[in-house]
Amino acid sequence: MNAPVTLSSAIEPIPEAHTIPLDQLDVSDPRLLEQNIWPEYFKRLRDESPIHYLPDSPFGAYWSITRFEDIKFVDSNWKLFSSEPVIVIGDRPEEMALDMFIAMDPPKHDQQRKAVQSVVAPANLAQMEDLIRQRVGSILDGLPIGETFNWVEHVSVELTSQMLATLFGFPLEERHKLIYWSDMATAVPEMTGGICDPEERMNAMGDCARRFSELWHQRAAERADGLPPGFDLIHLLQSNEDTKDLIERPKEFLGNLILLIVGGNDTTRNSISGGVHALNQFPAEYDKLRNNHDLIPNMVSEIIRWQTPLAHMRRVATEDVDMHGHTIRKGDKVVMWYLSGNRDERVIDQADQFLIDRANARQHLAFGFGIHRCMGNRLAEMQLRILWEEIMQRFHWIEVVGEPSYVRSNFVKGFTSLPVRIHPK
Amino acid sequence: MPQITFIEFSDISHCVEAETGKSLMQAAVDNGIPGIDADCGGSCACGTCHVIIDEAWRARLPEPEEDEVAMIDMNPEPQPGSRLSCQLCVTEDLNGLVVRLPEFQM
Ligand code: HEM
Ligand code: FES
Repeated sequence: MNAPVTLSSAIEPIPEAHTIPLDQLDVSDPRLLEQNIWPEYFKRLRDESPIHYLPDSPFGAYWSITRFEDIKFVDSNWKLFSSEPVIVIGDRPEEMALDMFIAMDPPKHDQQRKAVQSVVAPANLAQMEDLIRQRVGSILDGLPIGETFNWVEHVSVELTSQMLATLFGFPLEERHKLIYWSDMATAVPEMTGGICDPEERMNAMGDCARRFSELWHQRAAERADGLPPGFDLIHLLQSNEDTKDLIERPKEFLGNLILLIVGGNDTTRNSISGGVHALNQFPAEYDKLRNNHDLIPNMVSEIIRWQTPLAHMRRVATEDVDMHGHTIRKGDKVVMWYLSGNRDERVIDQADQFLIDRANARQHLAFGFGIHRCMGNRLAEMQLRILWEEIMQRFHWIEVVGEPSYVRSNFVKGFTSLPVRIHPK
Repeated sequence: MPQITFIEFSDISHCVEAETGKSLMQAAVDNGIPGIDADCGGSCACGTCHVIIDEAWRARLPEPEEDEVAMIDMNPEPQPGSRLSCQLCVTEDLNGLVVRLPEFQM
């Protein structure tokens, strides 16, 4: 276990990337994202040290993989690079020892993923589209016009929590709990450099498990009474042979729930914020969008690339692996920096430009590749597509009127606030 | 050049001349067949170039490698005849091949 990360360094400014000796460049520093100075750091690694080893960091020794093709190689070779025991750079404290299939190798990974994936499979999503559109519409219609407000809080978080509640069949009026649990699960200092109190986190995980067990029993009782099954996650789990007694395996039960809550929370939330921010940074793109709403599906992929809401995934080498003349030793931590691969000029033309009509916009790394490729990719794309279709029906401009602030983490790449003002059509 | 027929989920069919030596996925993309995303660009790493091989042709194609089996296994709606088109190489022997596209890519 690593020593706890000291937070007192928070106020210190970080030196510019080019002033640091290459062998000391530490991209795990959670302030790089918080202060939005990460691009220069990762560009330096891509150009000068694409397979980079750092022997000492608050998260232990680790390799950084920063180019697109190398990330794809690592991500699609699960035999050489294991996802166990965790997929973030830091190790986990004991109470976070949940069983999640994102951090499992085959065959266990495959069994568990198969059991839950139908809930976010395109066929099931098509059934939810109308409901999602309706919920998006009412959030947008309730926004203040001509007043400055925080887009993150009023739209990104709100919409994401409603979506998760829909997916889980969770009571809509309790939806804020989903967000709270997700935040507690990801803001673990030892794992990702976030900030949170361990006791509060433990209590939160306990509450989450209890609330979902109640729901589980309630649904089971409803079915016993002959009520028709829904499309939500709990129903699907209860009707699947492999998961119908998941509740008997509490760690796995909680682990899979948290995985879906977390998977669908920060990612979508920050893509929603990231899109508004990017269109304001690139006003010519906003004009293209105003002139042609058919660009929305392509723009959605570009927003996801541009934002890359999960900055990295971590693996552990299962044997010695040679990459570009470097020997990654069995047992070494290997971090795939998606945010860097998605700005790799070697593969992506004008990678530093946000272009909503980009050719091959879908060919980005933000969903990962290989057997762990994001299970919620279609749900995420659908939410963003519907959101932008509904926004463009209503508003001429969502104007960013102040500096955003960013999450402190090396894993979640996102916004804590984004002040905006809406100009109607 | 071998002729290959792609049938969309809505039953619209497209007969195209495919270049030998390229992948079936590339043949579809080059000919503008809708319904293939190929998000990983042909690396057997995304599963979004899924096609369903016509029954008559299934046994005539080379067996899938382990990686392809693993990715197809991740598909929420796999079917008999499911293959990843980026892993199939167009040869003269495939002249007349018929493949169907799924309703959704994963
Ligand atoms: C823009 C939005 C999203 C992004 C960028 C994203 C990104 C990712 C990434 C990078 C991975 C790991 C891929 C790898 O290791 O190769 C992943 C896995 C996963 N995501 Fe997402 N995600 C998003 C939305 C969602 C949503 C909405 C859900 C579900 C509600 C979800 C559920 C999952 C699950 C369950 C996994 C684990 C899959 C496995 O291990 O087999 N994600 N996601
Ligand atoms: S193109 Fe990605 S698996 Fe075939």
